[in-house]
Amino acid sequence: MLSRTASNLFWMGRHLERAETAARLLDVGQRITLMPNTETGYQNEWNSLLQASGTSDLFARKYGEITQEKVEEFIFFDRDNPSSVVGCLEKARESGRIVRTALTSQVWDALNVAYQELRHLERKPRAAVDTASLVDFTTGHTSTVRGAINATQLRNDGWHFMNLGYGLERADATARLLDVKYFVLLPRIEFVGSGLDTYQWQVILRALSAHRAYHWAYGGDITAGQVADFLILNGESPRALITSLYETVWHLEGLARRYGEAVPNAARDKARETLAALQDRNIEMIFDEGLHEFLSWFIGELSEISNLVHQDYLQGGA
Amino acid sequence: MMSYYNEMFEGDKVRDPYARLRDWVETMPDDFRQMKQAEAEALFRRIGITFAVYGEGGDPDRLIPFDMMPRVFEQAEWRRLERGIKQRARALNAFLRDVYGRGEIIRAGRIPARLVYQNEAYEKAVVGVVPPRGVYSHIIGIDLVRTAKDEFYVLEDNCRTPSGVSYMLENREIMMRMFPQLFRGNKIEPVDQYPELLRRTLESVAPAKCSERPTCVILTPGHFNSAYYEHSFLANLMGVELVEGQDLFVDGEFCYMRTTTGPKRVDVIYRRIDDPYLDPLCFRPDSMLGIPGLMDVYRSGGVSICSAPGAGVADDKAIYTFVPEMVRFYLGEEPILNNVQTWTLWKDDDYRYVMENLGDLVVKEVHGSGGYGMLVGPKSTKEEIEAFRAKIQANPSNYIAQPTLSLSTCPTFVDEGIAPRHVDLRPYCLCGDRIELVPGGLTRVALREGSLVVNSSQGGGVKDTWVLSE
Repeated sequence: MLSRTASNLFWMGRHLERAETAARLLDVGQRITLMPNTETGYQNEWNSLLQASGTSDLFARKYGEITQEKVEEFIFFDRDNPSSVVGCLEKARESGRIVRTALTSQVWDALNVAYQELRHLERKPRAAVDTASLVDFTTGHTSTVRGAINATQLRNDGWHFMNLGYGLERADATARLLDVKYFVLLPRIEFVGSGLDTYQWQVILRALSAHRAYHWAYGGDITAGQVADFLILNGESPRALITSLYETVWHLEGLARRYGEAVPNAARDKARETLAALQDRNIEMIFDEGLHEFLSWFIGELSEISNLVHQDYLQGGA
Repeated sequence: MMSYYNEMFEGDKVRDPYARLRDWVETMPDDFRQMKQAEAEALFRRIGITFAVYGEGGDPDRLIPFDMMPRVFEQAEWRRLERGIKQRARALNAFLRDVYGRGEIIRAGRIPARLVYQNEAYEKAVVGVVPPRGVYSHIIGIDLVRTAKDEFYVLEDNCRTPSGVSYMLENREIMMRMFPQLFRGNKIEPVDQYPELLRRTLESVAPAKCSERPTCVILTPGHFNSAYYEHSFLANLMGVELVEGQDLFVDGEFCYMRTTTGPKRVDVIYRRIDDPYLDPLCFRPDSMLGIPGLMDVYRSGGVSICSAPGAGVADDKAIYTFVPEMVRFYLGEEPILNNVQTWTLWKDDDYRYVMENLGDLVVKEVHGSGGYGMLVGPKSTKEEIEAFRAKIQANPSNYIAQPTLSLSTCPTFVDEGIAPRHVDLRPYCLCGDRIELVPGGLTRVALREGSLVVNSSQGGGVKDTWVLSE
């Protein structure tokens, strides 16, 4: 497979997942602003959200003061924001168009329809679209594409590259969402264990569409320790760090088996190593280490795996 | 008022090849057409067949209008066209072999040396390089118009990278999907073997150094190009990689593509980029589309390039006037297809005649394409004619002139129902170890009443082209 094709498939997966993350961030922010609040108003929450997605500077430069409308515009519609829903869906569709020869017609169709409807949505007056429908629009379309991929794509190297993109991006996204919680919580340490704290954890679960799943897995109460365990170390939880990483390793191993020893396997080795390090931890150790410190380490590992994928496969050995 | 040949009627009688279609149209329920038209558009949009028009901005995903009324040839008509096209393709390739070799036709005084050797498309870099099987132009799109039952004229030969073949294939696909009843009984010859023939043609011109089954690729300028859809479509149907310049590199005597399992040798490149962009070391140094060092590999027989660099010298509008001469000179045959009478403005007599009769003629830039930079005298205002006259005076040798032909018309669906509209035809001739073409081509139709300009960049549409078997 052409390196450029592999690269576009990889980034198509990443951008689709990233679009979904942007929508989920919007959902988290929206729900947090609805909760009983402190005297500083909702600005802090929106700001921590922007910080977690690494775009708060860009936002400040372009928009200045934070309002819900501005954040919504920025996270969903703004093409200057490389992580916006519109930006990511457009890039995913563009990657798909470049590698149309590697996509089934059903996948292309789902991708193209999402893009056409997005353009339609953009032309609507902003007042006519609420946050919830933007979030639904995004998760609905990304699920359709994902479904088409699983139902129709050949299980070949291209499929592995797409899913590698999904896996790495999803691990990154969950880590960043968890980090939002950290940023929100940090200035008000006295809230730990309070009703507000629980509410915030709930919001994160809801944003990941994992509220019901959490209850299946842990029963009654929502506690910080259990939610963190669910999202970091529970291998049954579909968006958990460990699950995403496990899938990443699985796809890298698929590539290694397919390509044989003649092709370097640095990315696979690194991913295995990170997975092992994760498997060695329990949630108490992570809290002792500091949630934010742990997440920063993890995000760093992901970025290194990404770089190694690039070196192993996407440069074409020239 | 000119009279036009109507392809469907002979006097008041419907011609045989169109009989079936006439019945179809007559029994068509009301609203059926609008419904089907909308369905066709949705299909085209869905599969993403779009055509971006250069320099117009606007919708990059514009559709070319598709007309559901096919254009039909009977077997005997087609066989004659086919013989004429193949003959022309052989002559054009013989001409290219000659002018990059000994230049016999010039020594014989049949073509002025200046027109060849000072032609912009003449590549000195490939003089003396004979490509495999002596084929320079592998895909030739010859534009034809019809003026009477048995009169066809060649408007232009496209020897470099003629586009539009994806429309030929998709138009058929969509017609078959929407109107299967029209195709039952198998009277319409299929065209879908084209990608397979193209792949075989490319493989048949693999370079001498290629010992295994040749690896062929299509080289595209990228997804911003207006014909990108066609490039990916053909790659898909042929099962070959669609590459950009950045995917290829030269190492030693071969060219390779970058793959996930390391470098893979490439033997045949069907390029859809122009000569000047092929290799920044040889042609334009600012080209980001090409592959540094490619021309060295090409010259030493490490890779085949289709069409060969320099092939464009054969499809120049100035050289065009000499193609019948080439047929006689190289093949010793009389041309089966006629040229349109052409005045070349660098000749004094022609210049005088054209300037006196501008209002009746079509004037074209020698290197123009896509219907840009031309004057259609009878359809222009006095001001437009005078403005064009000034351009000609400034640089006469940049222009040729032709009479306005009475292009045939074909029944076409328009708002009011069915009406005659002018059409042309571009069949695609493949030249490798054999010379072949599929029975059909791309029919372009001028959708505006009375318009003679069929180019898609000028608002023309397309229709399916049928060749009926005996």
